[in-house]
Amino acid sequence: MAQFKLSRRAFGASLLASSALSACAIRTEPAAKARVVVVGGGFGGATAAKFLRLEDPGIAVTLVEPKSEFQTCPFSNYVLSGFKTMADITHNYSALTSTHGVRHIRETAVAIDAAAKTVRTSGGQTLAYDKLVLSPGIEIRYGALEGYDAAAAERMPHAWAAGAQTVLLRRQLEAMPDGGTVVLSIPANPFRCPPGPYERIAMIAHYLKTTKPRSKILALDAKDAFSKQGLFQDGWQSQYGAMIEWVPLGKDGKVVRVDPAALTLTSEFGEVHKASVANVIPPQSAGRIAIASGLAATEGALAGWCPVDPFTFESTRAKDIHVIGDASIAGAMPKSGFSASSQAKFVAQAIGAVVNGRPAPTAVFANTCYSLITPDYGISVADVFRPTAQGIVAVQGAGGVSPRAPANAAQFRAQEAHYAEGWYASTTKETWGS
Amino acid sequence: MKPFHFALFGLAFGAATLPAVVAAQTPPAPASGRVLIATCTGCHGQNGKSAGAIPTLAGQTEAQIRQAMLDYKNDRRPATIMSRHAKGFSDDEIGAIAREIAATWR
Repeated sequence: MAQFKLSRRAFGASLLASSALSACAIRTEPAAKARVVVVGGGFGGATAAKFLRLEDPGIAVTLVEPKSEFQTCPFSNYVLSGFKTMADITHNYSALTSTHGVRHIRETAVAIDAAAKTVRTSGGQTLAYDKLVLSPGIEIRYGALEGYDAAAAERMPHAWAAGAQTVLLRRQLEAMPDGGTVVLSIPANPFRCPPGPYERIAMIAHYLKTTKPRSKILALDAKDAFSKQGLFQDGWQSQYGAMIEWVPLGKDGKVVRVDPAALTLTSEFGEVHKASVANVIPPQSAGRIAIASGLAATEGALAGWCPVDPFTFESTRAKDIHVIGDASIAGAMPKSGFSASSQAKFVAQAIGAVVNGRPAPTAVFANTCYSLITPDYGISVADVFRPTAQGIVAVQGAGGVSPRAPANAAQFRAQEAHYAEGWYASTTKETWGS
Repeated sequence: MKPFHFALFGLAFGAATLPAVVAAQTPPAPASGRVLIATCTGCHGQNGKSAGAIPTLAGQTEAQIRQAMLDYKNDRRPATIMSRHAKGFSDDEIGAIAREIAATWR
C-alpha cells in the first residue's frame, strides 16, 4: 500500500521534471504539454494513442507503426473457417490521424535510448518523448523450435500474427484434399491469446466438417491444461466428435522438431507426425524493439517478456516507458487484445493525470475473451483485475468461464456467439474508429 | 526489490521526501469512476454506445445502472457474462460506476 503511493508520486514527479529538462533540448516540435510516442498500432498502441488525445488534446501523440492497415488476431480464426474475410478484420489509422490528431509515422521503431528519451525509427528519424508507450506485441522466436525459421513459416504457417500468414493457412486448408490431416503444434505458456489455439481447432473443424468431412485434426500440445479447457472439449466433442484429437504434454504432445520439406512434426519421445497441413504456433517473446532495448527479462520463466510496475505499467527497467499489451508481464491478465486495450485506457488516464499535475489514478483492469466453437456456439472467460505489490491479480470470487451446463444451453451458447460479434464491433470501433 | 527501485527513481529526480511517504500506511485511493467505466467500453462501446449486439449503456439513469449491476452481482438477474464481471466490484464501486455513466455517457 505504501509502495503504491510512492510509485504514483514518483511517476508524476519524473514527468514534470523531465518535461522541464527536455523542453530546452528539443525545439523541433510545436509547444505541447507533453510529447508521447506510442510504438505499435494494435489494440494496445492504437487505443493508447487515441485515448491520450481524448484525455488531453494538449498532449502531442506520435504513433510509430509501419503498417497503414492492421489485421486483428481476434476473428482471424473465422477467416480460416471461411465465415469472415480479411476485409472484415482489417482496420486503418485514418480516424486516429484525421479525427484525433495522432501523428502516424509509418516506420518501424528500431531503438530506444531510455537515458536520452528518444526513439529511433527505421527511416532514421529520432523522436524525443516525455513518455513512451510501448505496445509492440509479440515476436515469433524463430529457431526456438528446431527446424522452424522464417522460411519454414511459409510452408508451415503460424498465422499467429494476422495478415499474409492467415491467408496462407486458409489457402492451404482450401487446397487440402478431403481425408487429409491438419496438425497443429501448440506452445508452452506464456504466449499470445491463451484460448486462441483451441478456438482455431474448432474453427478449422467447422470448415472441414462442412467441406471435407473425412479429414482429421491432430493438435499436439506442449501443455497438459489450457484456457476454458472443459468448455472447449465439450464443444469439440458435441460439434465435431472424432474429427479432433488433442494430445497433451503428458501423452507426448510436445513437438520438438519440424521438417517443413517433409511436412512432419516430431514429438519429444520421437513420434513423427505427417501433416497434410501444418499450423505451427511457435514459442514467442515480446516484440523485437522491447528485447533490443533491454526492457525484457533475460532469465527465469518469463525471460523475453517485459516486467512492469503493476500500478502504472511503467517498465521496471526504464523510467517513463510504459510497456502494455502482449509484451508486458501483467500477472494474471492474459495476453489478449482486450487486456491490451484495458491497459492502454488506464495508461492514457495516468499519463493525462501526471501531465496535468494530478496523481496517477488507482488502476482497475478487465478482460473478456469470447471464443467460438461454431458460428452459433460461443464461450467466454471474463475477469476483473487489480494491481498489488506482488503483481496484477484477478478479483477472487468474480470472473471465470461460461457455465459448463447452463439452463437453455443452446440459447446461452448462441447468445455468447452473438456477443462475441458485439464485442468485436465495439472494441474495434473504440480502438481504430472515430 | 520494488521499494529499492522506487527509491532510486525518486532520488534521481530530487524528490528527497519520498522515503517518508513509505511510512504512512495510507490505503490506495478508491478507483475513480472514470477508471472503473473504462473497463465497460471494450464490449459496451466507447462512451457506452455499443457498435453491435451488446447493450448500449449511454442514456441509462444512475439508478438503472446501479440496480442492474447489483442484481448481476447477487445473481438476481439472468446473465451470460455480467454476473461474472459485476462480482469484481464493491458496492461502492458499483455506485461510482453508475454515477459516472449517468453523468458522462448521455
